[in-house]
Amino acid sequence: MTRIGIAIVGLAVLAALAGPAVTGIDPAFQNLPLRLQGPSAEHWFGLDELGRDILARLLAGARISLLVGAAVVGISATVGMVLGALAGYYGGIVDEAVSRVCDVLLAFPGLLLAIAIVAVLGPSLTNVVLALTLIGWVGYARLVRGQVLRVRELEYVQAARALGAATPRILARHILPAVLPALTVQATLGMGGAILAEASLSFLGLGVQPPTPSWGTMLNYGRSHLLDAPHLTIFPGLAIAALVLGFNFLGDGLRDALAPEMSERGRG
Amino acid sequence: MLRFVARRVALTIPVLLGVATLVFSLIHLIPGDPAHAMLGEAAAEADVAALRARLGLDRPLLEQYTDFLGGLVRGDLGTSMRTGEPVATLIAERVPATFELASAAMLVAVVVALPLGIAAAVWRGTAIDHGAMAAAMAGMSIPNFWLGPLLAIIFAVELGWLPVSGRGSLAHLVLPAVSLGLALAAMLARMTRASLLEELREPYVRAARARGVSRPRAVIVHAFRNSLVPVVTILGLQSGAVLTGAVITETIFAWPGIGRLLVQSIGFRDYPLVQGCILLIAVTYVAVNLLTDLAYGLLDPRIRYE
Repeated sequence: MTRIGIAIVGLAVLAALAGPAVTGIDPAFQNLPLRLQGPSAEHWFGLDELGRDILARLLAGARISLLVGAAVVGISATVGMVLGALAGYYGGIVDEAVSRVCDVLLAFPGLLLAIAIVAVLGPSLTNVVLALTLIGWVGYARLVRGQVLRVRELEYVQAARALGAATPRILARHILPAVLPALTVQATLGMGGAILAEASLSFLGLGVQPPTPSWGTMLNYGRSHLLDAPHLTIFPGLAIAALVLGFNFLGDGLRDALAPEMSERGRG
Repeated sequence: MLRFVARRVALTIPVLLGVATLVFSLIHLIPGDPAHAMLGEAAAEADVAALRARLGLDRPLLEQYTDFLGGLVRGDLGTSMRTGEPVATLIAERVPATFELASAAMLVAVVVALPLGIAAAVWRGTAIDHGAMAAAMAGMSIPNFWLGPLLAIIFAVELGWLPVSGRGSLAHLVLPAVSLGLALAAMLARMTRASLLEELREPYVRAARARGVSRPRAVIVHAFRNSLVPVVTILGLQSGAVLTGAVITETIFAWPGIGRLLVQSIGFRDYPLVQGCILLIAVTYVAVNLLTDLAYGLLDPRIRYE
Protein backbone atom coordinates (compact mmCIF):
# COMPACT_ATOMS: atom_id res chain seq x y z
CA MET A 1 0.00 0.00 0.00
CA THR A 2 2.95 2.30 0.66
CA ARG A 3 4.00 1.83 -2.97
CA ILE A 4 0.53 2.78 -4.15
CA GLY A 5 0.80 5.87 -1.95
CA ILE A 6 4.19 6.80 -3.41
CA ALA A 7 2.83 6.28 -6.94
CA ILE A 8 -0.26 8.45 -6.36
CA VAL A 9 1.64 11.25 -4.63
CA GLY A 10 4.44 11.11 -7.24
CA LEU A 11 1.91 11.31 -10.05
CA ALA A 12 0.17 14.25 -8.40
CA VAL A 13 3.47 16.11 -7.94
CA LEU A 14 4.39 15.49 -11.59
CA ALA A 15 0.94 16.63 -12.70
CA ALA A 16 1.25 19.76 -10.59
CA LEU A 17 4.71 20.51 -11.99
CA ALA A 18 3.73 19.92 -15.60
CA GLY A 19 0.35 21.57 -15.04
CA PRO A 20 -1.79 22.46 -18.03
CA ALA A 21 1.19 21.69 -20.34
CA VAL A 22 0.02 18.06 -20.18
CA THR A 23 -3.17 18.86 -22.05
CA GLY A 24 -1.92 21.92 -23.89
CA ILE A 25 -5.21 23.62 -22.99
CA ASP A 26 -5.49 26.84 -21.00
CA PRO A 27 -7.51 26.01 -17.87
CA ALA A 28 -9.15 29.44 -18.04
CA PHE A 29 -10.15 29.17 -21.72
CA GLN A 30 -13.93 29.25 -22.06
CA ASN A 31 -15.71 27.41 -24.85
CA LEU A 32 -19.25 28.45 -24.01
CA PRO A 33 -21.04 26.71 -26.91
CA LEU A 34 -19.69 23.39 -25.62
CA ARG A 35 -20.44 24.02 -21.93
CA LEU A 36 -21.21 20.96 -19.79
CA GLN A 37 -20.12 18.62 -22.59
CA GLY A 38 -19.27 15.17 -21.26
CA PRO A 39 -15.93 13.35 -21.63
CA SER A 40 -14.72 13.02 -25.22
CA ALA A 41 -11.52 12.17 -27.11
CA GLU A 42 -10.63 15.86 -27.19
CA HIS A 43 -11.62 16.66 -23.60
CA TRP A 44 -11.03 13.50 -21.58
CA PHE A 45 -12.85 14.68 -18.48
CA GLY A 46 -15.34 16.91 -20.31
CA LEU A 47 -16.05 20.61 -19.97
CA ASP A 48 -17.47 22.59 -17.05
CA GLU A 49 -20.32 25.10 -16.77
CA LEU A 50 -18.27 27.74 -18.61
CA GLY A 51 -16.90 25.36 -21.22
CA ARG A 52 -13.47 25.07 -19.56
CA ASP A 53 -11.50 21.83 -19.84
CA ILE A 54 -11.93 19.92 -16.57
CA LEU A 55 -8.66 17.96 -16.90
CA ALA A 56 -6.67 21.18 -17.45
CA ARG A 57 -8.37 22.70 -14.40
CA LEU A 58 -7.70 19.58 -12.31
CA LEU A 59 -4.02 19.77 -13.20
CA ALA A 60 -3.91 23.45 -12.31
CA GLY A 61 -5.89 22.67 -9.15
CA ALA A 62 -3.29 20.04 -8.15
CA ARG A 63 -0.82 22.89 -7.75
CA ILE A 64 -3.17 24.70 -5.38
CA SER A 65 -3.89 21.56 -3.36
CA LEU A 66 -0.24 20.58 -2.99
CA LEU A 67 0.84 24.17 -2.37
CA VAL A 68 -1.74 24.67 0.38
CA GLY A 69 -0.93 21.25 1.85
CA ALA A 70 2.81 21.93 1.86
CA ALA A 71 2.43 25.47 3.25
CA VAL A 72 0.03 24.45 6.01
CA VAL A 73 2.03 21.37 7.01
CA GLY A 74 5.39 23.15 6.72
CA ILE A 75 4.41 26.14 8.86
CA SER A 76 2.31 24.12 11.32
CA ALA A 77 5.04 21.51 11.82
CA THR A 78 7.72 24.18 12.35
CA VAL A 79 5.66 26.20 14.82
CA GLY A 80 4.43 23.05 16.56
CA MET A 81 7.93 21.62 16.76
CA VAL A 82 9.40 24.75 18.33
CA LEU A 83 6.57 25.29 20.84
CA GLY A 84 6.25 21.58 21.65
CA ALA A 85 10.00 21.24 22.18
CA LEU A 86 10.12 24.28 24.46
CA ALA A 87 7.08 23.09 26.43
CA GLY A 88 8.44 19.57 26.80
CA TYR A 89 11.99 20.58 27.63
CA TYR A 90 11.42 23.47 30.00
CA GLY A 91 8.14 22.31 31.56
CA GLY A 92 6.72 24.65 34.22
CA ILE A 93 5.07 27.85 33.08
CA VAL A 94 6.14 27.43 29.43
CA ASP A 95 4.53 24.01 29.32
CA GLU A 96 1.41 25.30 31.08
CA ALA A 97 1.03 28.21 28.67
CA VAL A 98 1.49 26.09 25.52
CA SER A 99 -0.71 23.29 26.85
CA ARG A 100 -3.58 25.60 27.82
CA VAL A 101 -3.55 27.29 24.41
CA CYS A 102 -3.59 23.82 22.83
CA ASP A 103 -6.52 22.81 25.06
CA VAL A 104 -8.58 25.81 23.97
CA LEU A 105 -7.80 25.32 20.27
CA LEU A 106 -8.59 21.61 20.52
CA ALA A 107 -11.97 22.49 22.00
CA PHE A 108 -12.99 23.57 18.50
CA PRO A 109 -13.65 20.40 16.54
CA GLY A 110 -11.91 19.84 13.23
CA LEU A 111 -12.43 22.60 10.74
CA LEU A 112 -14.81 24.68 12.83
CA LEU A 113 -12.30 27.30 13.91
CA ALA A 114 -10.87 27.51 10.40
CA ILE A 115 -14.39 28.11 9.06
CA ALA A 116 -14.89 30.84 11.66
CA ILE A 117 -11.54 32.51 10.94
CA VAL A 118 -12.00 32.52 7.16
CA ALA A 119 -15.59 33.71 7.63
CA VAL A 120 -14.41 36.84 9.42
CA LEU A 121 -11.16 37.46 7.51
CA GLY A 122 -12.75 36.83 4.12
CA PRO A 123 -12.21 33.98 1.67
CA SER A 124 -8.78 33.82 0.02
CA LEU A 125 -5.90 31.40 -0.43
CA THR A 126 -3.76 33.24 2.13
CA ASN A 127 -6.52 33.22 4.73
CA VAL A 128 -7.11 29.50 4.17
CA VAL A 129 -3.43 28.79 4.86
CA LEU A 130 -3.51 31.10 7.88
CA ALA A 131 -6.66 29.53 9.32
CA LEU A 132 -5.49 25.96 8.77
CA THR A 133 -2.08 26.76 10.26
CA LEU A 134 -3.65 28.36 13.33
CA ILE A 135 -5.40 25.09 14.11
CA GLY A 136 -2.80 22.80 12.56
CA TRP A 137 0.23 23.45 14.78
CA VAL A 138 -1.48 22.09 17.87
CA GLY A 139 -1.23 18.43 16.82
CA TYR A 140 2.50 18.79 16.09
CA ALA A 141 3.14 20.64 19.35
CA ARG A 142 1.42 17.90 21.36
CA LEU A 143 3.31 15.17 19.54
CA VAL A 144 6.70 16.86 19.92
CA ARG A 145 6.05 17.76 23.56
CA GLY A 146 5.28 14.12 24.36
CA GLN A 147 8.34 12.89 22.51
CA VAL A 148 10.61 15.48 24.13
CA LEU A 149 9.33 14.53 27.59
CA ARG A 150 10.39 10.96 26.83
CA VAL A 151 13.71 11.72 25.13
CA ARG A 152 14.99 14.35 27.58
CA GLU A 153 15.28 11.70 30.29
CA LEU A 154 17.37 9.36 28.12
CA GLU A 155 20.95 8.82 29.19
CA TYR A 156 22.63 10.38 26.18
CA VAL A 157 20.70 13.61 26.72
CA GLN A 158 21.57 13.64 30.39
CA ALA A 159 25.19 13.01 29.44
CA ALA A 160 25.15 15.98 27.07
CA ARG A 161 23.66 18.10 29.84
CA ALA A 162 26.31 16.87 32.31
CA LEU A 163 29.03 17.77 29.81
CA GLY A 164 27.75 21.33 29.87
CA ALA A 165 26.10 21.49 26.44
CA ALA A 166 23.88 24.56 26.01
CA THR A 167 20.10 24.04 25.89
CA PRO A 168 19.67 25.10 22.23
CA ARG A 169 22.41 22.64 21.28
CA ILE A 170 20.83 19.82 23.30
CA LEU A 171 17.47 20.50 21.68
CA ALA A 172 18.80 20.86 18.15
CA ARG A 173 21.48 18.14 18.13
CA HIS A 174 20.20 15.54 20.55
CA ILE A 175 16.47 15.81 21.10
CA LEU A 176 14.90 16.98 17.84
CA PRO A 177 16.60 14.35 15.65
CA ALA A 178 14.96 11.71 17.85
CA VAL A 179 11.59 13.40 17.36
CA LEU A 180 11.88 13.76 13.58
CA PRO A 181 10.63 10.28 12.54
CA ALA A 182 7.34 10.74 14.38
CA LEU A 183 7.08 14.30 13.08
CA THR A 184 7.66 13.12 9.50
CA VAL A 185 4.88 10.56 9.82
CA GLN A 186 2.49 13.12 11.28
CA ALA A 187 3.39 15.62 8.55
CA THR A 188 2.75 13.08 5.79
CA LEU A 189 -0.65 12.19 7.22
CA GLY A 190 -1.20 15.91 7.78
CA MET A 191 -0.75 16.60 4.06
CA GLY A 192 -3.86 14.53 3.33
CA GLY A 193 -5.74 16.33 6.09
CA ALA A 194 -4.67 19.78 4.89
CA ILE A 195 -5.65 19.01 1.29
CA LEU A 196 -9.04 17.75 2.45
CA ALA A 197 -9.48 20.81 4.68
CA GLU A 198 -8.67 23.23 1.86
CA ALA A 199 -11.09 21.42 -0.43
CA SER A 200 -13.78 21.52 2.29
CA LEU A 201 -13.36 25.27 2.79
CA SER A 202 -13.36 25.88 -0.98
CA PHE A 203 -16.44 23.69 -1.29
CA LEU A 204 -18.20 25.93 1.25
CA GLY A 205 -17.16 28.97 -0.78
CA LEU A 206 -14.65 30.00 1.90
CA GLY A 207 -11.46 28.97 0.17
CA VAL A 208 -9.82 29.67 -3.13
CA GLN A 209 -11.95 32.04 -5.15
CA PRO A 210 -12.83 31.69 -8.85
CA PRO A 211 -11.44 31.84 -11.46
CA THR A 212 -8.43 30.17 -9.73
CA PRO A 213 -9.03 26.44 -10.15
CA SER A 214 -9.37 24.53 -6.89
CA TRP A 215 -10.72 21.02 -6.58
CA GLY A 216 -13.11 21.99 -3.77
CA THR A 217 -14.44 24.99 -5.70
CA MET A 218 -14.90 22.81 -8.80
CA LEU A 219 -16.96 20.38 -6.72
CA ASN A 220 -19.01 23.21 -5.28
CA TYR A 221 -19.92 24.54 -8.72
CA GLY A 222 -20.44 21.04 -10.07
CA ARG A 223 -23.08 20.41 -7.41
CA SER A 224 -25.64 22.55 -9.22
CA HIS A 225 -25.20 20.36 -12.33
CA LEU A 226 -25.46 17.07 -10.49
CA LEU A 227 -28.33 15.89 -12.68
CA ASP A 228 -27.37 17.15 -16.12
CA ALA A 229 -23.55 16.95 -15.95
CA PRO A 230 -22.34 14.63 -13.14
CA HIS A 231 -18.81 14.62 -14.60
CA LEU A 232 -18.35 18.08 -13.07
CA THR A 233 -18.65 16.45 -9.65
CA ILE A 234 -17.13 13.04 -10.27
CA PHE A 235 -13.63 13.98 -11.49
CA PRO A 236 -12.68 16.63 -8.91
CA GLY A 237 -13.97 14.34 -6.15
CA LEU A 238 -11.94 11.43 -7.49
CA ALA A 239 -8.84 13.63 -7.61
CA ILE A 240 -9.27 14.73 -3.98
CA ALA A 241 -10.00 11.21 -2.73
CA ALA A 242 -7.07 9.71 -4.67
CA LEU A 243 -4.53 12.27 -3.45
CA VAL A 244 -5.69 12.08 0.18
CA LEU A 245 -5.65 8.29 -0.06
CA GLY A 246 -2.11 8.48 -1.47
CA PHE A 247 -0.87 10.55 1.45
CA ASN A 248 -2.70 8.29 3.93
CA PHE A 249 -1.11 5.15 2.44
CA LEU A 250 2.28 6.84 2.45
CA GLY A 251 1.86 8.08 6.02
CA ASP A 252 0.74 4.64 7.18
CA GLY A 253 3.77 3.03 5.54
CA LEU A 254 6.13 5.59 7.02
CA ARG A 255 4.56 5.08 10.42
CA ASP A 256 5.10 1.35 10.33
CA ALA A 257 8.71 1.89 9.21
CA LEU A 258 9.76 4.92 11.26
CA ALA A 259 7.50 5.21 14.28
CA PRO A 260 5.52 2.03 14.96
CA GLU A 261 4.69 3.31 18.46
CA MET A 262 2.37 5.85 16.81
CA SER A 263 0.17 3.09 15.35
CA GLU A 264 -3.35 2.58 16.65
CA ARG A 265 -2.45 0.45 19.70
CA GLY A 266 0.26 -1.30 17.74
CA ARG A 267 -2.06 -2.15 14.83
CA GLY A 268 -1.18 -5.83 15.07
CA MET B 1 -15.10 8.79 41.88
CA LEU B 2 -16.64 12.10 43.01
CA ARG B 3 -13.19 13.66 43.28
CA PHE B 4 -12.37 12.41 39.79
CA VAL B 5 -15.58 13.95 38.39
CA ALA B 6 -14.98 17.24 40.23
CA ARG B 7 -11.38 17.42 38.98
CA ARG B 8 -12.38 16.77 35.37
CA VAL B 9 -15.22 19.30 35.49
CA ALA B 10 -12.91 21.89 37.06
CA LEU B 11 -10.40 21.35 34.25
CA THR B 12 -13.14 22.08 31.72
CA ILE B 13 -13.95 25.54 33.07
CA PRO B 14 -10.77 27.32 31.86
CA VAL B 15 -11.20 25.64 28.47
CA LEU B 16 -14.76 26.94 28.19
CA LEU B 17 -13.56 30.41 29.19
CA GLY B 18 -10.87 30.21 26.49
CA VAL B 19 -13.46 29.11 23.93
CA ALA B 20 -15.75 32.00 24.86
CA THR B 21 -12.83 34.45 24.65
CA LEU B 22 -11.83 33.20 21.22
CA VAL B 23 -15.41 33.36 19.94
CA PHE B 24 -15.75 36.88 21.37
CA SER B 25 -12.58 38.01 19.61
CA LEU B 26 -13.77 36.66 16.24
CA ILE B 27 -15.81 39.77 15.52
CA HIS B 28 -12.76 41.90 16.29
CA LEU B 29 -10.66 39.99 13.78
CA ILE B 30 -12.74 41.38 10.92
CA PRO B 31 -10.41 43.62 8.92
CA GLY B 32 -11.38 47.27 9.31
CA ASP B 33 -14.65 48.23 10.95
CA PRO B 34 -16.81 45.15 11.72
CA ALA B 35 -20.04 47.16 11.40
CA HIS B 36 -18.94 48.40 7.97
CA ALA B 37 -18.04 44.88 6.91
CA MET B 38 -21.45 43.58 7.97
CA LEU B 39 -23.46 46.27 6.20
CA GLY B 40 -21.27 46.47 3.11
CA GLU B 41 -19.19 49.23 1.58
CA ALA B 42 -22.18 51.21 0.34
CA ALA B 43 -23.81 51.54 3.79
CA ALA B 44 -24.61 55.01 5.09
CA GLU B 45 -22.44 56.27 7.98
CA ALA B 46 -25.52 56.70 10.19
CA ASP B 47 -26.50 53.03 9.69
CA VAL B 48 -22.96 51.92 10.44
CA ALA B 49 -22.89 54.01 13.63
CA ALA B 50 -26.30 52.64 14.66
CA LEU B 51 -25.14 49.05 14.16
CA ARG B 52 -21.93 49.75 16.02
CA ALA B 53 -23.98 51.01 18.95
CA ARG B 54 -26.42 48.07 18.72
CA LEU B 55 -23.58 45.55 18.82
CA GLY B 56 -21.86 47.51 21.56
CA LEU B 57 -18.75 47.97 19.41
CA ASP B 58 -18.52 51.62 20.45
CA ARG B 59 -17.86 50.65 24.06
CA PRO B 60 -14.49 49.81 25.66
CA LEU B 61 -13.27 46.30 24.78
CA LEU B 62 -13.23 45.11 28.40
CA GLU B 63 -16.83 46.21 28.87
CA GLN B 64 -17.84 44.40 25.67
CA TYR B 65 -16.07 41.26 26.90
CA THR B 66 -17.69 41.23 30.34
CA ASP B 67 -21.10 41.90 28.76
CA PHE B 68 -20.51 39.02 26.36
CA LEU B 69 -19.61 36.63 29.17
CA GLY B 70 -22.54 37.86 31.27
CA GLY B 71 -24.85 37.27 28.31
CA LEU B 72 -23.55 33.73 27.91
CA VAL B 73 -24.24 32.96 31.55
CA ARG B 74 -27.84 34.18 31.06
CA GLY B 75 -28.17 32.27 27.78
CA ASP B 76 -28.20 35.51 25.79
CA LEU B 77 -26.14 35.10 22.61
CA GLY B 78 -27.18 38.42 21.09
CA THR B 79 -29.54 39.18 18.23
CA SER B 80 -29.42 38.06 14.61
CA MET B 81 -28.65 40.99 12.34
CA ARG B 82 -30.75 39.59 9.54
CA THR B 83 -33.92 38.48 11.26
CA GLY B 84 -33.74 40.50 14.48
CA GLU B 85 -34.56 37.36 16.47
CA PRO B 86 -32.51 36.23 19.46
CA VAL B 87 -29.58 34.06 18.32
CA ALA B 88 -30.34 31.55 21.09
CA THR B 89 -33.88 31.04 19.73
CA LEU B 90 -32.68 30.55 16.14
CA ILE B 91 -30.08 28.02 17.29
CA ALA B 92 -32.50 26.19 19.59
CA GLU B 93 -34.84 25.64 16.63
CA ARG B 94 -32.05 23.91 14.71
CA VAL B 95 -30.54 21.79 17.48
CA PRO B 96 -32.95 18.81 17.15
CA ALA B 97 -32.16 18.40 13.43
CA THR B 98 -28.40 18.36 14.00
CA PHE B 99 -28.75 16.06 17.00
CA GLU B 100 -30.85 13.69 14.90
CA LEU B 101 -28.34 13.70 12.04
CA ALA B 102 -25.28 13.31 14.27
CA SER B 103 -26.86 10.44 16.23
CA ALA B 104 -27.90 8.65 13.04
CA ALA B 105 -24.41 9.12 11.54
CA MET B 106 -22.81 7.65 14.65
CA LEU B 107 -25.22 4.73 14.53
CA VAL B 108 -24.29 4.12 10.88
CA ALA B 109 -20.63 4.28 11.86
CA VAL B 110 -21.00 1.71 14.63
CA VAL B 111 -23.13 -0.65 12.54
CA VAL B 112 -20.62 -0.59 9.68
CA ALA B 113 -17.40 -0.44 11.68
CA LEU B 114 -17.80 -3.14 14.29
CA PRO B 115 -18.42 -6.11 11.92
CA LEU B 116 -15.70 -4.82 9.58
CA GLY B 117 -13.15 -4.39 12.38
CA ILE B 118 -14.01 -7.73 14.00
CA ALA B 119 -13.79 -9.59 10.67
CA ALA B 120 -10.43 -7.97 9.91
CA ALA B 121 -9.03 -8.94 13.33
CA VAL B 122 -10.39 -12.48 13.35
CA TRP B 123 -9.12 -13.19 9.83
CA ARG B 124 -5.95 -11.14 10.28
CA GLY B 125 -3.53 -11.22 7.34
CA THR B 126 -6.10 -12.70 4.95
CA ALA B 127 -7.82 -11.12 1.96
CA ILE B 128 -10.73 -10.20 4.26
CA ASP B 129 -8.39 -8.20 6.50
CA HIS B 130 -6.66 -6.46 3.59
CA GLY B 131 -9.96 -5.75 1.87
CA ALA B 132 -11.58 -4.38 5.03
CA MET B 133 -8.62 -2.14 5.86
CA ALA B 134 -8.29 -0.89 2.27
CA ALA B 135 -12.01 -0.05 2.36
CA ALA B 136 -11.50 1.72 5.68
CA MET B 137 -8.59 3.74 4.30
CA ALA B 138 -10.67 4.68 1.26
CA GLY B 139 -13.53 5.67 3.56
CA MET B 140 -11.21 7.99 5.48
CA SER B 141 -9.97 9.59 2.26
CA ILE B 142 -13.26 10.17 0.46
CA PRO B 143 -14.51 13.67 1.25
CA ASN B 144 -18.10 13.68 2.50
CA PHE B 145 -18.86 16.61 0.22
CA TRP B 146 -18.19 14.24 -2.67
CA LEU B 147 -19.73 11.12 -1.21
CA GLY B 148 -22.97 12.97 -0.44
CA PRO B 149 -23.67 14.10 -4.03
CA LEU B 150 -22.59 10.68 -5.38
CA LEU B 151 -25.03 8.89 -3.07
CA ALA B 152 -27.71 11.37 -4.10
CA ILE B 153 -27.08 10.66 -7.80
CA ILE B 154 -27.29 6.90 -7.31
CA PHE B 155 -30.01 6.44 -4.70
CA ALA B 156 -32.16 9.53 -5.19
CA VAL B 157 -31.82 10.43 -8.86
CA GLU B 158 -31.10 7.15 -10.65
CA LEU B 159 -32.90 4.63 -8.45
CA GLY B 160 -35.42 7.03 -6.92
CA TRP B 161 -35.36 5.13 -3.63
CA LEU B 162 -34.68 8.04 -1.33
CA PRO B 163 -35.42 11.78 -1.24
CA VAL B 164 -32.55 13.97 -2.44
CA SER B 165 -32.80 16.61 0.28
CA GLY B 166 -34.76 18.07 3.18
CA ARG B 167 -35.93 16.70 6.51
CA GLY B 168 -39.14 14.98 7.47
CA SER B 169 -39.34 11.23 7.29
CA LEU B 170 -36.82 8.54 8.16
CA ALA B 171 -36.08 8.20 4.45
CA HIS B 172 -34.80 11.79 4.43
CA LEU B 173 -32.27 10.86 7.09
CA VAL B 174 -30.65 7.91 5.30
CA LEU B 175 -28.41 9.64 2.74
CA PRO B 176 -27.12 12.44 5.01
CA ALA B 177 -26.46 9.96 7.84
CA VAL B 178 -24.61 7.49 5.60
CA SER B 179 -22.59 10.24 3.93
CA LEU B 180 -21.62 11.70 7.32
CA GLY B 181 -21.12 8.39 9.11
CA LEU B 182 -18.89 6.51 6.69
CA ALA B 183 -15.65 8.38 7.41
CA LEU B 184 -16.19 7.78 11.13
CA ALA B 185 -16.98 4.13 10.37
CA ALA B 186 -13.65 3.82 8.57
CA MET B 187 -11.72 5.17 11.54
CA LEU B 188 -13.71 3.06 14.02
CA ALA B 189 -13.15 -0.10 11.98
CA ARG B 190 -9.39 0.42 12.11
CA MET B 191 -9.53 1.06 15.83
CA THR B 192 -11.79 -1.96 16.46
CA ARG B 193 -9.37 -4.21 14.57
CA ALA B 194 -6.30 -2.88 16.39
CA SER B 195 -7.96 -3.01 19.80
CA LEU B 196 -9.36 -6.50 19.28
CA LEU B 197 -6.01 -7.84 18.06
CA GLU B 198 -4.40 -6.53 21.21
CA GLU B 199 -7.02 -8.17 23.40
CA LEU B 200 -6.72 -11.46 21.51
CA ARG B 201 -3.07 -11.60 22.56
CA GLU B 202 -3.96 -11.30 26.25
CA PRO B 203 -3.46 -14.37 28.48
CA TYR B 204 -7.12 -14.47 29.54
CA VAL B 205 -8.20 -15.13 25.94
CA ARG B 206 -5.63 -17.90 25.58
CA ALA B 207 -6.78 -19.29 28.92
CA ALA B 208 -10.39 -19.29 27.75
CA ARG B 209 -9.38 -21.12 24.57
CA ALA B 210 -7.41 -23.62 26.67
CA ARG B 211 -10.54 -24.24 28.74
CA GLY B 212 -12.28 -25.27 25.55
CA VAL B 213 -14.12 -22.04 24.73
CA SER B 214 -14.70 -21.88 20.98
CA ARG B 215 -12.82 -19.25 18.96
CA PRO B 216 -15.93 -17.23 17.97
CA ARG B 217 -17.08 -17.23 21.62
CA ALA B 218 -13.60 -16.23 22.82
CA VAL B 219 -13.60 -13.36 20.35
CA ILE B 220 -17.12 -12.08 20.86
CA VAL B 221 -17.79 -12.77 24.54
CA HIS B 222 -14.31 -12.30 26.00
CA ALA B 223 -12.04 -10.17 23.84
CA PHE B 224 -14.55 -7.98 22.03
CA ARG B 225 -16.16 -6.61 25.20
CA ASN B 226 -12.84 -5.46 26.57
CA SER B 227 -11.68 -4.09 23.24
CA LEU B 228 -14.69 -1.77 23.24
CA VAL B 229 -13.27 0.69 25.79
CA PRO B 230 -10.90 2.48 23.39
CA VAL B 231 -13.47 2.19 20.62
CA VAL B 232 -16.09 3.99 22.71
CA THR B 233 -13.51 6.64 23.58
CA ILE B 234 -12.71 7.22 19.93
CA LEU B 235 -16.42 7.42 19.18
CA GLY B 236 -16.79 10.17 21.78
CA LEU B 237 -13.71 12.05 20.65
CA GLN B 238 -14.78 11.83 17.02
CA SER B 239 -18.12 13.45 17.80
CA GLY B 240 -16.34 16.70 16.96
CA ALA B 241 -15.57 15.47 13.46
CA VAL B 242 -19.24 14.52 13.11
CA LEU B 243 -20.33 18.00 14.19
CA THR B 244 -17.94 19.69 11.73
CA GLY B 245 -18.86 17.21 9.00
CA ALA B 246 -22.49 18.08 9.67
CA VAL B 247 -21.75 21.64 8.50
CA ILE B 248 -20.99 20.26 5.03
CA THR B 249 -23.54 17.43 4.99
CA GLU B 250 -26.36 19.73 6.07
CA THR B 251 -25.38 22.15 3.31
CA ILE B 252 -25.42 19.40 0.66
CA PHE B 253 -28.72 17.84 1.71
CA ALA B 254 -30.48 21.08 2.76
CA TRP B 255 -30.78 19.61 6.26
CA PRO B 256 -32.11 22.37 8.54
CA GLY B 257 -29.54 22.06 11.34
CA ILE B 258 -26.90 24.20 13.04
CA GLY B 259 -24.32 23.54 10.30
CA ARG B 260 -26.53 24.88 7.56
CA LEU B 261 -27.49 27.83 9.77
CA LEU B 262 -23.77 28.56 10.23
CA VAL B 263 -23.04 28.50 6.49
CA GLN B 264 -26.10 30.66 5.77
CA SER B 265 -25.15 33.16 8.47
CA ILE B 266 -21.61 33.40 7.03
CA GLY B 267 -23.15 34.14 3.62
CA PHE B 268 -25.29 36.92 5.15
CA ARG B 269 -22.41 38.22 7.28
CA ASP B 270 -24.65 37.75 10.29
CA TYR B 271 -21.70 37.62 12.68
CA PRO B 272 -23.63 37.38 15.98
CA LEU B 273 -25.30 34.26 14.56
CA VAL B 274 -21.92 32.94 13.32
CA GLN B 275 -20.54 33.43 16.83
CA GLY B 276 -23.53 31.67 18.38
CA CYS B 277 -23.27 28.64 16.09
CA ILE B 278 -19.51 28.29 16.58
CA LEU B 279 -19.88 28.62 20.34
CA LEU B 280 -22.64 26.03 20.54
CA ILE B 281 -20.73 23.46 18.47
CA ALA B 282 -17.52 24.00 20.47
CA VAL B 283 -19.29 23.80 23.84
CA THR B 284 -21.14 20.65 22.74
CA TYR B 285 -17.81 19.13 21.73
CA VAL B 286 -16.22 20.03 25.07
CA ALA B 287 -19.22 18.55 26.90
CA VAL B 288 -19.11 15.30 24.90
CA ASN B 289 -15.36 15.04 25.53
CA LEU B 290 -15.95 15.53 29.25
CA LEU B 291 -18.64 12.84 29.28
CA THR B 292 -16.35 10.48 27.35
CA ASP B 293 -13.61 11.16 29.86
CA LEU B 294 -15.95 10.46 32.75
CA ALA B 295 -17.27 7.30 31.08
CA TYR B 296 -13.71 6.11 30.54
CA GLY B 297 -12.99 6.69 34.22
CA LEU B 298 -16.07 4.69 35.08
CA LEU B 299 -15.10 1.80 32.81
CA ASP B 300 -11.43 1.71 33.75
CA PRO B 301 -10.81 2.51 37.45
CA ARG B 302 -7.07 3.00 36.86
CA ILE B 303 -7.82 6.28 35.06
CA ARG B 304 -9.42 7.71 38.23
CA TYR B 305 -6.21 7.45 40.20
CA GLU B 306 -3.86 8.95 37.65
